[in-house]
Amino acid sequence: MFYRENGQFKSTYASDQQMLPILQDRIFMAALLVFAFGAVPFVVSDYLFLSLVIPFLILALAAIGLNLLVGYCGQISIGHAAFMAVGAYAAYNIALRIPQLNFLVVLVLAGLIAAAVGVLFGVPSLRIKGLYLAVATLAAQFFTDWLFARVKWFTNYAHSGSVQTAPIEMLGWKIDAPVEKYLFLLGVLVVFTLIAKNLVRSHIGREWMAMRDMDVAAEVIGIRPVYAKLTAFAISSFYCGVAGALWGFVHLGSWEPLAFNLTLSLNLLFMIIIGGMGSLLGSYIGAAFIVILPILLNQAPQWLGMRVSTAMTSHLELMIFGALIIFFLIVEPLGLARLWAVGKEKLRLWPFPH
Amino acid sequence: MKARFVLLAVAAAFAAIGSTSALAQAKEQFFPVLSYRTGAYAPNGVPFANGFVDYLKLVNARDGGINGIKITFEECETGYATDRGVECYERLKGKGPTGATLFHPLSTGITFALTDKSFVDKIPIVTPGYGRADSADGTVFGWNFPLGGTYWTSSDMLIQHVGKKEGGLDKLKGKKIALVYHDSPYGKEPIALLQERAKNHGYELLLLPVTHPGVEQKATWLQIRQQRPDYVFLWGWGVMNSTSIKEAVATGYPREKMYGVWWSGAEPDVTPAGDGAKGYNALVFLSPAGQGQVHKDILKYVHDKGQGTGKKEDIGEVLYNRGMVSAMMSVEAVKRAQIKYGKKPLKGEEVRWGLENLAIDDALIKKLGMTGFMRPVSTSCVDHEGGSSAAIHIWDGKKWNVQPGIYQPDMSILKPMIRVSASKYAGEKKITVRDCAKEAG
Repeated sequence: MFYRENGQFKSTYASDQQMLPILQDRIFMAALLVFAFGAVPFVVSDYLFLSLVIPFLILALAAIGLNLLVGYCGQISIGHAAFMAVGAYAAYNIALRIPQLNFLVVLVLAGLIAAAVGVLFGVPSLRIKGLYLAVATLAAQFFTDWLFARVKWFTNYAHSGSVQTAPIEMLGWKIDAPVEKYLFLLGVLVVFTLIAKNLVRSHIGREWMAMRDMDVAAEVIGIRPVYAKLTAFAISSFYCGVAGALWGFVHLGSWEPLAFNLTLSLNLLFMIIIGGMGSLLGSYIGAAFIVILPILLNQAPQWLGMRVSTAMTSHLELMIFGALIIFFLIVEPLGLARLWAVGKEKLRLWPFPH
Repeated sequence: MKARFVLLAVAAAFAAIGSTSALAQAKEQFFPVLSYRTGAYAPNGVPFANGFVDYLKLVNARDGGINGIKITFEECETGYATDRGVECYERLKGKGPTGATLFHPLSTGITFALTDKSFVDKIPIVTPGYGRADSADGTVFGWNFPLGGTYWTSSDMLIQHVGKKEGGLDKLKGKKIALVYHDSPYGKEPIALLQERAKNHGYELLLLPVTHPGVEQKATWLQIRQQRPDYVFLWGWGVMNSTSIKEAVATGYPREKMYGVWWSGAEPDVTPAGDGAKGYNALVFLSPAGQGQVHKDILKYVHDKGQGTGKKEDIGEVLYNRGMVSAMMSVEAVKRAQIKYGKKPLKGEEVRWGLENLAIDDALIKKLGMTGFMRPVSTSCVDHEGGSSAAIHIWDGKKWNVQPGIYQPDMSILKPMIRVSASKYAGEKKITVRDCAKEAG
């Protein structure tokens, strides 16, 4: 009843092409942004910021990056934490060696370096497909693990291979309080989501999707596979590089190569599978599911007043988390974002379904 | 589905807000306990946590708390993972009437991550025998306390020991020493010192990393079989230790020539290898295995009342005792700080003063019933380590036997290294170095 586009006529090309064609969606999005920028900083505690919200925002960005490659272009990668690592170490080295540089510039440079590395590891995608490509991307993971653990220059010759970052300061704004970190990340995320949304609606996104759906047919209608696949790798790695730099600088502050290991790569992949492949919303939902749920589960027994040993709690956490993943995949194999879409369709017909 | 999920999340969020706002001004001192009772590091994490918690319970049951201030504590499972450790830290740092007293991260990776936060939160990070070696410098690392030893002091003492075995440090020339280490900040810490010593004494250092969790070491031990080092130093944790010893048995490398750091020399490390572990050596610092007066008290006041944390039989194991003395040093720090700030619940910032002015001497050790299970530690604003000493103990197949001879690190080598490393950290992090002379005045 409320969610219906009756009477919303599109009289110009611009209004037909806008990002959110339905008025209700635009209102909802505006309200969400006002809530995220205006209300959340006042109601959420520092603990929730530091252990839930900030990791969620950063990993959502990385999930968007991976989704562009896997969900939109159909190239499976199980080594994307490698590009996060490249971004993080690139940012660390740039910030260390040119300390006067603005952090935003550092972020973009780190992203560009990650993109270059991404293109390099994307080259095999021109010859191999599907699971074989997935195995090839593993090489990126193991290569960067090795590189940052063994080549001392990247870690500024730290004894333990662990690096620390200086506090972030931009134009006199020192980002150290949890709320400031949150607002900064939210700003970055909004900008990058906007760019991603427009990319997938543009000719480049359509090329990716054509490539994903049937590469031979795409080639026949004049899409260059080299260009389509490598741009997908580049942009996806750029996103992950930026996310990696943020993960290191804003979230961890000090990290070791283990922080970007295979587990993180697999987690990113699970995020987009559970959230929804080929959906930006899915990247957010998936990131929320993987980041927030285990920590909630870990604390649930305490809130419910149960006295359970910490060992039991963490076993329970793993069991329930695993069961939930299976449950959601059976109920909606296309991801949680699909559930949202189905809900929206139903709302349009409500209260008079066919 | 969605609605239910949102409902759950909202309920959870409310519960979180509710639990943090219930801060009654009670006469309580809150000790957070980061532990791991699951995963690949649980065999070593469990006894340490049991000893730690049992001692806190003992202080409550026997003494009625710290000068009347009851100890409260909460465990949080980190699984030895840095991200979960940081989450636990954020979860526990604000609990209790005055917030967390101090943190024992029990993982070098978590220590690195928390060191960063300590400057803002002003909560001490206590790391007896682990953590950053350069954090012994209190002027830069204002909140870190590697009480009783670091990886640099421990590797220094190991080199002294093998030097003595060979008949002098100069006899190490041309020898080969292999370091089998956990490929993480923990395992990499000693490398800098071993390389520095190698320059002076002319031994060859083989670096053999083992990736987490350390159950796959075939390639590592193949290299040892090929290279035949004169000594193997083992820098492992959790299941990695027992795997290494089993591999040494399989490779035929003599266990008598294997030396573990103090984290690679406890019962869970050797018992899985059975008889094969006989003759294996390790460093032991602060407290060896065994039982004394304090253990009798723990049995009497805690375990016999049905309040014990682990199994009765495990009391007195190496890691149990280490957990126990770690808790003891924390409690003593609070006691010390109470002298200056009064007998009330103290903030982390106030407890730091206690940690910086720790004076655990033989008289106090005797009073605590810990004779033979603790070595003197005395700290200052500059020296956050408080002196280090250790012995070697050998596994005879049934128990650990401490060998005569106590080693002390050669500070003439360590001090300059600590200074260089700490000032590099201060530069990278843009930290203003503390002036201890001014603070005292």
